[in-house]
Order: sequence, then structure tokens, then C-alpha cells
Amino acid sequence: MTSFKPWLFAVAFSVWAAPAFAALNVFATVPEWGALIEELGGDKVKVYTATNALQDPHHVEAKPSLIARARAADLVVATGAELEIGWLPLVTQQAGNPKVQAGKPGYFEAAPLVTMTEKPTRLDRAEGDVHPLGNPHIQTDPRNIARVAGPLSARLAELDAPNAAYYQARYKAFAERWSAAIGRWEREAAPLKGVAVLVQHKGFPYLLDWLGMKEIAALEPKPSVEPTIAHLSEVLDTVQHQPVKMVIRAAYQSDRASQWIAERAKINVVALPFTVGGDDAAKDLFSLFDDTIQRLLKGAQ
Amino acid sequence: MACPFRVARALVVALALLLSSPLYAASDAEVAEIREQLRQLRESYEARLQALEQRLKDAEASKTREAAAAPVPAPVPVATASPGSSPASGIAAFNPAISAVLQGRYANLSQDPEKFAISGFAPGGEIGPGRRGLSLGESELAISANVDHLFAGNLIVSLTPENTVSVEEAYGVYTAAPYGLVPKFGRFFSGLGYMNEQHQHAWDFIDAPLAYQAFLGGQYGNDGLQVKWIAPTEQFLEFGAEVGNGDSFPGSERNKNGVGSGVIYAHAGGDIGASHSWRAGLSYLETRARDRDYSQVDLAGNNAQVGFNGTSHIAIADFVWKYAPNGNAQNTNFKLQGEYFWRRESGDLTYDVDGALGLTNTSAYTSRQSGWYLQGVYQFMPYWRVGARYDRLDPGHVDYGANAAYLDSPAFHPERYTLMVDYTPSEFSRIRLQYGQSKTLAGVTDNQLFLQYILTLGAHGAHKF
Repeated sequence: MTSFKPWLFAVAFSVWAAPAFAALNVFATVPEWGALIEELGGDKVKVYTATNALQDPHHVEAKPSLIARARAADLVVATGAELEIGWLPLVTQQAGNPKVQAGKPGYFEAAPLVTMTEKPTRLDRAEGDVHPLGNPHIQTDPRNIARVAGPLSARLAELDAPNAAYYQARYKAFAERWSAAIGRWEREAAPLKGVAVLVQHKGFPYLLDWLGMKEIAALEPKPSVEPTIAHLSEVLDTVQHQPVKMVIRAAYQSDRASQWIAERAKINVVALPFTVGGDDAAKDLFSLFDDTIQRLLKGAQ
Repeated sequence: MACPFRVARALVVALALLLSSPLYAASDAEVAEIREQLRQLRESYEARLQALEQRLKDAEASKTREAAAAPVPAPVPVATASPGSSPASGIAAFNPAISAVLQGRYANLSQDPEKFAISGFAPGGEIGPGRRGLSLGESELAISANVDHLFAGNLIVSLTPENTVSVEEAYGVYTAAPYGLVPKFGRFFSGLGYMNEQHQHAWDFIDAPLAYQAFLGGQYGNDGLQVKWIAPTEQFLEFGAEVGNGDSFPGSERNKNGVGSGVIYAHAGGDIGASHSWRAGLSYLETRARDRDYSQVDLAGNNAQVGFNGTSHIAIADFVWKYAPNGNAQNTNFKLQGEYFWRRESGDLTYDVDGALGLTNTSAYTSRQSGWYLQGVYQFMPYWRVGARYDRLDPGHVDYGANAAYLDSPAFHPERYTLMVDYTPSEFSRIRLQYGQSKTLAGVTDNQLFLQYILTLGAHGAHKF
């Protein structure tokens, strides 16, 4: 029996220790970056996604579960541009993990890598929930995902140098598939060019810009201020002069305002997944855009 | 309006040239050499520019061919644009985050707030329902920033309606500590219990639970050092230890070297599915008091001064559970929280009455008391919440020793019922209406009605759990 024990311990130890050494722990603030890390990191990363598609990524609390996960993270991947300002700084400070503090290699922001739109000319909370650096919902344009993928892959390689070649190969494969997919989506979405829409929240400027669609008005009177009847009536007035095909809302938003306007303006309501997991079809980044395009095409009919 | 600047810039350049020209007493040979170097530079840059332009043209052509905007796969260890917000510039770039909280209220109290007391409990700190009528609440000014690569700092100053200023919190955090340690030092609200670390404007009711008022004088803050440790597990486990000067209630200033108070606590928390999250904890505080005075009515009906010298031990069990459908708290959500306090005090008590006899007597004193509250807050539609709270204190067992001849052991159970409704049109403003029925003295009911506003301006606050 005594000679048997060290062997048993060795097995037990390797079982216990193996997952800890095998993977880079990545804390993604929103599902799109979690999905991108999975594409780029394969089985060399272990991804924890802090929010789901049915949550407004702005209105999240620094929950105990998030602090515990940030404590163990090697890399935090965030959108930035103040999307997570209400909770991420508190989570990283309380986690006691110096690796993932802002400015360290273990902290990555996506927004600085893309061209931001809707930068407010007037910074004033009277204008609603405005973001000084521009609209942070950058993931709705797949070209932005491509812009983030390269530097993110480089960051993985920097943090986990022994696997750099693996990350590079995965990135190359992803970039090719992604580029082909963008071409396909653009062909499929050709009929959407010039289509006028309403949006519930100003969450889609990048998507509409990519597909050449036109945002006529938003149902929220100011960003993140719930639609009021007075404002909806104004929007209804606008729609009488400028016909629109549909009203777009994100999966996490209440459907009341969209339904209200859709019934009166006789237009379609299109609930877009907005990010990975926003509906049953949007299982990963590819199916997210497959589903988004299909829903928009259906809404435009 | 750019013209004046352009003129100014031209002047500066001209001035610089004028000033620098005498220094350049260069020979003809040198001038020729510089000309030659310039020419070579120009040629080499022109060639490189042309090459780049050609590459750009090619890239654009291939892009239109593919009708896709996929980038060329980047070579891997590439220096990426530094993540983080685009760097601000100018003299204000290093200004810390500043925010202010403005509060005001109207209070309608059926009992005189000057006579507020909690029967059977020695009060201290800022307690009671506050003044009647219209008044300004506490205004708060908060300044925070990273100090450098090692420290972050936070200053929270409270401006009272009586025009006094107090430093609520002023602490540094060492941000570079390894192994999940978070050291904090200075003046701060202790991490014990659940509500203690929250500032008053973040509470769900206008006032603190009776247990906080009776046992901690409203809120427990201290000057000292705190170290928290977060366990490296998926399950949230946090352990904290604090040492302080022990000046604040239930302790008191004792003019001593060394440590005056100590706190230890453990918190666990996590999620259950996407919709539920929770946190629970146990805390323990030990502190000492010297001549902690308060007035109490004695058996003869005289108003006596009593002074406590001794040790105070407090244990707290706390929990909070939050529910939001799919984790989306925007439309509806529910929060249930409760805390249970035990306190044991032992030492001696001095009884002093200015009656006909002018009597003073000191004898041994021990007490075992407890209290708790439970509150629920429900957001039933965007912006609107309702809440209910129940408070109860148990006078427990008090042994006055020889002073039992003058003082009666308390038997009354103070309690309070509170209801509130609040309207939160944005993250930065809240208006609240609160009604409470408070029975902190035997046979006396205080009907309390409050209308309160809370406005937050400046830097975006943190969404604390």
C-alpha cells in the first residue's frame, strides 16, 4: 500500500492542477468578446462572460461572482468607451488582482481600436446617458469585430508566449472565415441598402452604417431614458412624413414601446439578438450576424 | 477664431528663428552638406511615399473586388494601440473624478425629535430621525483617482446642514498587492455587515435600521488599516481584518498608544442561474470605551448620568439576495436584505445623579443585547420602487451589579415599521416618500413622514452590489 500512495497523489495532483495550467483565464465583460476569445483562443483559453445578452451591459452591479472571477483572470476584455464604467473599475479594484488593472497587459479594451461614431458635441447629462468617447455598441458591425480580433490575438500571444504560434494560426483561420462571411452578409443584405428604420435605443449606428440603412428616429427621447407617450407621438408624426419599414430593438429591451409604435405606424418590430446569445439562433459570432441579417430582411418585406 | 492663435504661433516661430540664427554661424561647406542630406532625405521619403500610395491603391482595388472589408491578418506580436480611453490632454487631464451628492427633505414627526432615545440601549453617534420640517440633508463631495502605479486615493467629505464639515472617508488603496490582497488605509467605513460600507445616499430608506443606530451609532467608521483577501476560487469568498483607533461608538477616545479596535469578517457570495445573486457574511467587532456617557432615567424618576468603561463585542450576521429576471434589473427587480446584531458589553458603570443626595456609585456591568432588521425593495416598473422594512431590538439581559439599586433592567422591545416608495428617473436622481411608525420608547409612537430628494452630479458612481 505504501508504494501505491505517491502514484495516487501524482495522479490526483495532475488532475487538480492540469486545468489551472492548461488555460489562460479570460474575463469578458460582454458576450461578443467572450465569443471572439473562444474563436481566437480555442482550447488554450477558459472564458468567463460577465453578462448575458438579456442584460444591459451598462446597468450591471459589481456582484460577488464578478469579483471572484476577476480575481482569477489573466486577461480582462472589455468594450471600454465607458460602457462598463459603472461596475468594471470597482470589480477590478476589489478583486485584488494587479494583473488586470487598467493599463496592464492583462486589461484589454476594444473601443479604442475602432472608429467611434456619435461622439457627443455637448457633454451634459441633460442629454441622457451619453458616452463622451462615442457610441460604445461597436459589436453590431462585423468589420469592427475584425479590427479587434488582430490586436486581441496579439494580446493572447503576449500573455501566453509558448502558445503564440497556436494563437496566430487560429487568428489567421478566423480572419479568413470572417472576411468571407462579411462578403456573404453584404451580398445577402444588399436589399437593405437605403431602408429607413426606427430604433428603440441608439444601439445600432454601426450596424446601420455598415448596411447603408437609415435611422429616422429613436423611441427613447434621450439615450437610456424610457420612451414617453409624448415622444412616441412625435416619432409617429415623423413617420407619417418619412415612412419607415421597421422598428429595431435589442433583445434585452422591453418590447412595449416598439409594439406601441408598430401598431400605429403599421410597421414591423424586429428584435435583434444584439450580441451572442440574444436569441436561440445567435449561438456564436457567425450565427449572430446570420440571424441579424435574416431578421432585418424579414422586417424589410 | 483661430486667427489670433495662428498669428501668435507665427510670431513665436519667427522669434525662435531670430534667436537661433546667431548660433548657426555655419561654414559654406557645412551648408552644402546639410543641403545634400536634405535632398537625400526628400528623395528617400518620396520613394517610400510612392510605394505606400501604390500599396493603398492595390489594397483598395482588391477590396472592391472582394466587396468585403476584411483586414489582412496582422502579424502576431504587434504593438497594439494602448487600450484605454483615448488620452486626454491639457492641464486638466490629471484631474481626479469628482462628484457631489445633494440632498434635502421634509420631515413630519409626531414626536419631538429632541427627545429621541432607544429604550434600554445606550445611544451614541448620529442617530434619530433628524429635525422637523424642511431641511437640507447631508451634502457630500467625493474625489477619487489613481495616485500612481501603486496607490489609489479617495476622499469623501460631508457638509452638514449645520454648516460643519466632516471627513467621512479619506483613504488610500494599495492596488499593486499580489495574492488577492486589497490593503486600504486611512479613514473608512468598516467592511463589517452589509450596509455599513454604503453611504447614506445609497440606502434604500432615508434612515439607518434601528440596530445600526443602537449598536454602531448609525454607521461604523474608523481611522486605521484594513486588509481584504479574496480567495482564488470561483465561489466568492472574502476575508477582511481591520485595526483602528477605536474612537467611534461603541468605543471612545481613550488617549492610548496601540490599537483601539479590531474587526474581522468573512463574506461569501455568488449567482444562482442568471437571475439570482446573493451575499452573506459574518462579522465581529471588538472595541473599548472609557467614560462613554449617556443619560438614563433611574428608578426614582431622576435623570441620571451614567458612564460606561469597558469592552464592547459585536457580532453581525448579514445577507442580501437580489433577483432580476435574466439578470436584467432595468424593468423589474427585487432585493431582500437582513442583518442580525449581537452585543456583549462588560466593564463597570458609574451612576451619577444630581439629586438631593448628589449620589455617585460605580459597580460592575454586563449586558447581552441583540437586534435585527429585514427589508425588501421591489422595482415594479422602470423608475419606480416600493419597499418595506421591519426593525426590532431585544433589550436582552443587563446586569447592573450594585447599581441595580438605582437602575431598572430594560424589558421594552423597541420596534419600527417602515414603508417607502421612490422614483428614480435616472441613475443620478431619486425622489423618495417614506412613512414609518417608530416605537423606541415604551408607550410612545412616533409617526414619521419623510419626503427626500437625492441628486448626484459629476463623475459616474459605481454600481455597488
